[in-house]
Amino acid sequence: MIFHHFGSYILLLKKVFKKPEKWKIYLKEIFHEMNEIGIGSLSLILIISTFIGAVMTLQIAFQLVSDLIPNAVIGQINRDSNILELGPTISGLVLMGKVGSAISSQIGSMRVTEQIDALEIMGINAPGFLILPKIIAGVIMVPVLVIIAIFCAITGGLIGGSLSGAVAPSDYIQGIQEGFNGFTVTVAMVKAVIYGFIITSIPAYKGFYVRGGALEVGQAGTKAVVIGCITILACDYIITALML
Amino acid sequence: MIEIQNIYKSFGDNEVLKGIDAIFEPGKVNLIIGGSGSGKSTVLKCIVGLHEPDQGKVFFDQQEFTEMNFEERVPIRRNIGMLFQNSALFDSMTVEQNIIFALSMFTDMSQQEKIERANFCLDRVDLKNVNKLYPSELSGGMKKRVGIARAISMNPKYLFCDEPNSGLDPATSILIDELIQELTEEYQCTTVVVTHDMNSVMGIGDYIMFLYKGQKFWEGSNEEMLRSDVQELNDFVFASPLMKAARDSIK
Repeated sequence: MIFHHFGSYILLLKKVFKKPEKWKIYLKEIFHEMNEIGIGSLSLILIISTFIGAVMTLQIAFQLVSDLIPNAVIGQINRDSNILELGPTISGLVLMGKVGSAISSQIGSMRVTEQIDALEIMGINAPGFLILPKIIAGVIMVPVLVIIAIFCAITGGLIGGSLSGAVAPSDYIQGIQEGFNGFTVTVAMVKAVIYGFIITSIPAYKGFYVRGGALEVGQAGTKAVVIGCITILACDYIITALML
Repeated sequence: MIEIQNIYKSFGDNEVLKGIDAIFEPGKVNLIIGGSGSGKSTVLKCIVGLHEPDQGKVFFDQQEFTEMNFEERVPIRRNIGMLFQNSALFDSMTVEQNIIFALSMFTDMSQQEKIERANFCLDRVDLKNVNKLYPSELSGGMKKRVGIARAISMNPKYLFCDEPNSGLDPATSILIDELIQELTEEYQCTTVVVTHDMNSVMGIGDYIMFLYKGQKFWEGSNEEMLRSDVQELNDFVFASPLMKAARDSIK
């Protein structure tokens, strides 16, 4: 069963990456999807990552109660955790829920209302027209959102630490500047690009092959999010193991 | 002209079509009729390539469609207009955008030319001031008309209609039927209509193919149908007392 789905997914991607009928129309769709995925998810990412950063600071401070460890370490741990793991992966999982379910239900609804058939009858490559702009937009916008998420999480850590008194702002700022390794950002961006692909392509696959009616469209959305989240976590492990 | 030869189609163990042959001529309204589950929509989907037949061939003007890959089918598909049962208008687009979509994708017409073409198509189906409305803002009959306007936007050589009257009141059904007949004569296109609306059958059926349990059971014109002795056809067409009375009075 899993091989059948994997095979169908690969065959769908083959159709998705065929040469577009008219780039001008595809570009318009790409910008539209970038707006939907990027701007549409911005407020959610801002709120979630800021709170995660703040909570992380408090928890690290709680666990590092020792006179031998300088408080600046709190900022350092917070920075690296957010860049390497929490920024990309939590954002990826959140976006999978928000963007993934929207993509699956949009394409699934088009399938059950014969709109995809209408595209195919016109001679339009329906997988290409519907899915390619979403994948390109995801691969561009998810890394942008991850950068914003990392920035917000580190800033949230500063605010949370200061408000609670867990760490002084000067110690925290000193911590986030010390021992910075730029490669961690490269790892984060690799994760973000791959997550962007997963977040858009898996729900698109589930939506594209949905059969039935409204109930099946909803079920496809749920399955897409579950499969997508598991895939993100598996890829997270593989990328981390390969790159670090 | 569209020709189908020996079409078979199964879904799992369910054999839906069992060797269908037919020739649909241009300039005529060709009807496929039959009860629910008789396979009429499946025939239509096999003809337009939405389903691949398990066996058999489909020809569009002597070109074998079933043998072609997606790219080879595109030139033929640009000559196809199709009205779907639920209209299948693109929800995210306005009426005007729906109509000019194929023009934008396949022609180099300017925006002004495309809008003029959309207005012409909307005039042709007798709709006015709906250009900027979304499909959700239209009635069922208006959606069908927009569906027809979209189908004729590329001057089709082949027009397919899947149950064009479903969900419409009798008066609107007759208007849609008349429109399909007028467009068929005007564009001299090969029109294939799947229906189980008896008003359509009696009103616009130049050629009628009756399917029963996945097989072609009868074919002929609407006048021939009135005199047919095929029991299954009579049970289907003249099921209501009103239709029986109408047939008896004609006979």
